[in-house]
Amino acid sequence: MTLTPELRRSFFEKMALSRAFDDAMIALYWEGKLPIFAFGAGPLPGELHCSNGAEPVGAGVCGALSADDMITADHRPHHIAVCRGVDLDRMSAELLGKKTGLSQGKGGHMHIYDPAVNFASSGIIAEGMAPAAGMALARRLQKRPGIAVTFMGEGAANQGAFHEVMNMVGLWKLPVITVVQDNEWGVSTSKSESTAVDRNSDRAAGYGMAGEYVDSNDPDDIYEASVRAVKRARDGLGGTILELKTARLAGHFMGDQQGYIPEQMKQADPIPVYRAKLIRDGVITEAEADAIQAAATERMAKAMQFAKDSPYPDASEAFDHVFAA
Amino acid sequence: MSSNRILTMSRAGREALDWEMERRDDIFCMGEDIYKFGGIFGTMDGFGAKYGPERVISTPISETGFIGMAAGAAMAGMHPVIDLAYIDFIGVCYNVLLNTASKTHYMSGGAVKVPMTLLIGTGGGYNNAAQHSQCLHATVAHIPGAKVVYPSNAYDAKGMLHTALRDENFVIFLTHKGTAGVGWMGTPIKTTLSEVPDTPYEVPFGKVKVYREGTDVTIVGLGMSVHESLKAADELAKDGISAEVVDLRSLVPLDRDGIMESVSKTGRLIVTDEDYLSYGVSGEIIASVVERDPTVFKKPPVRVTTPDIPIPFARPMEQAILPLAQRIADAARKLMA
Repeated sequence: MTLTPELRRSFFEKMALSRAFDDAMIALYWEGKLPIFAFGAGPLPGELHCSNGAEPVGAGVCGALSADDMITADHRPHHIAVCRGVDLDRMSAELLGKKTGLSQGKGGHMHIYDPAVNFASSGIIAEGMAPAAGMALARRLQKRPGIAVTFMGEGAANQGAFHEVMNMVGLWKLPVITVVQDNEWGVSTSKSESTAVDRNSDRAAGYGMAGEYVDSNDPDDIYEASVRAVKRARDGLGGTILELKTARLAGHFMGDQQGYIPEQMKQADPIPVYRAKLIRDGVITEAEADAIQAAATERMAKAMQFAKDSPYPDASEAFDHVFAA
Repeated sequence: MSSNRILTMSRAGREALDWEMERRDDIFCMGEDIYKFGGIFGTMDGFGAKYGPERVISTPISETGFIGMAAGAAMAGMHPVIDLAYIDFIGVCYNVLLNTASKTHYMSGGAVKVPMTLLIGTGGGYNNAAQHSQCLHATVAHIPGAKVVYPSNAYDAKGMLHTALRDENFVIFLTHKGTAGVGWMGTPIKTTLSEVPDTPYEVPFGKVKVYREGTDVTIVGLGMSVHESLKAADELAKDGISAEVVDLRSLVPLDRDGIMESVSKTGRLIVTDEDYLSYGVSGEIIASVVERDPTVFKKPPVRVTTPDIPIPFARPMEQAILPLAQRIADAARKLMA
């Protein structure tokens, strides 16, 4: 679990792929929505909560996990899904509501399920927390390996579910890592306007578990903190609240003009920052960095083509899957 | 060799859960006080000692947390059995029912299953006031993706719990507190007791049960209202009125054809329901018949339910507003007049 050059290069590759995913989706999102904006218009309808700026979280945390581990994400799941290795073609198709999508067009972008890599997400704030703890409990009962990681925003830490689940994770020493992505904003409400403490990781003491805050939005630092949390979980020492300072560059959802964010609070894009760092450290060259980003764009273009070429589900399929047969 | 015994719903349900737990590692129980108390209906009575604290988990008072955990455990291959005690408490965990347990299979296009059984007690009649006496079954039956079943006697309690535990879906398993046959509710109601085989068996969801055959009027009920309807039918028989009592047994799926069959025969329908009057099961039942053939009615259908008021505490008020046998019999006499 050392931070090798190969691993750091893979972080950059994953961050680039996640960004390529969001950029492609954002470009498509505006088709049919200009000049008059409407959520339901165009080939990518509905709300779209993009991950631009949060890629280091996906790369750093997922880099510390193994295949047996289980993830639940929230309404902003793309960076975690891409970094976890969720099927890119089928995830793209799902965003477009196609039959070939992960959920055959029944989920959309907030509801990404890929059991092949133990990935699930929910559009309700903090609603992934309890299922993650339950997955960890299931593995304990089944005597099978696997820890659970639940991802959410800093605003979710004020939900009642947070308190209930954290208490039980602490009480039962469940191997659950709660990743609080502190991007400063819950829609338009800032952390200082909503949260009684500066750091949610400080709340860990109240649940008898470890808390750690990483303030750099750098995948290297996030990875190292994640490795510590994973080790505690695997060693039977219980859960961790891992709060990660990150960024939300594209607003709460597409169409959010973010006029409420003052100039001095504008956030930095972590991708050029990390790129420069890797070049400075001699991990990759300028040319290699360009090639990585070009490969990501190309891979995403293929996924988007797959999604666009796929058929829509038949309207009658709306009645399938209400119940398991 | 199987033998039959007369059991309460509580003992019958316990037998089904015990049988399944003895044979399957995927079932575990969660709920407040279940390890020491064995669940609100004694469904898990003695399970703490028998199965240990790993499989019989007493939780903190955190319904959102532990029912959400159950949903996650179900997604990860377990079949949790949850005791939520009173349905009045769904307010504090409704999101899990509404948005997670019931919708994950659909939203994943069938890729993820959530097999779990949620045991809940409903109903009043024992002066526990507005926050511990509600039925609210329409509130949960309204959620697409959740099965909602409601046995009213011991035979069905055992068979339907076997069925629930073998179902791959989220099943909300309701029992009216007054029918369960637990000590704190007094002497068990005779019609809730049945001969129960000691061997396992399944009672399928989605079929009504004609409790008592009749020709003049159909009385449809569920849970406790079945037993009030049976009492009313006894009274009505003395007046020469032949009432057919139909137990819905299951709200989701709902046996609309089974209801239609009875009403086609009698031409008169009373729906009795201890849940609130408006926007509920009683309207749904009547609509189902009307949609099929409104001409079957010799008289307009009648609803005998709890009115749209909070359940009052004082006994004279509470007993007056519940859909008890007297109100049902009065409604039937009016229909026959």
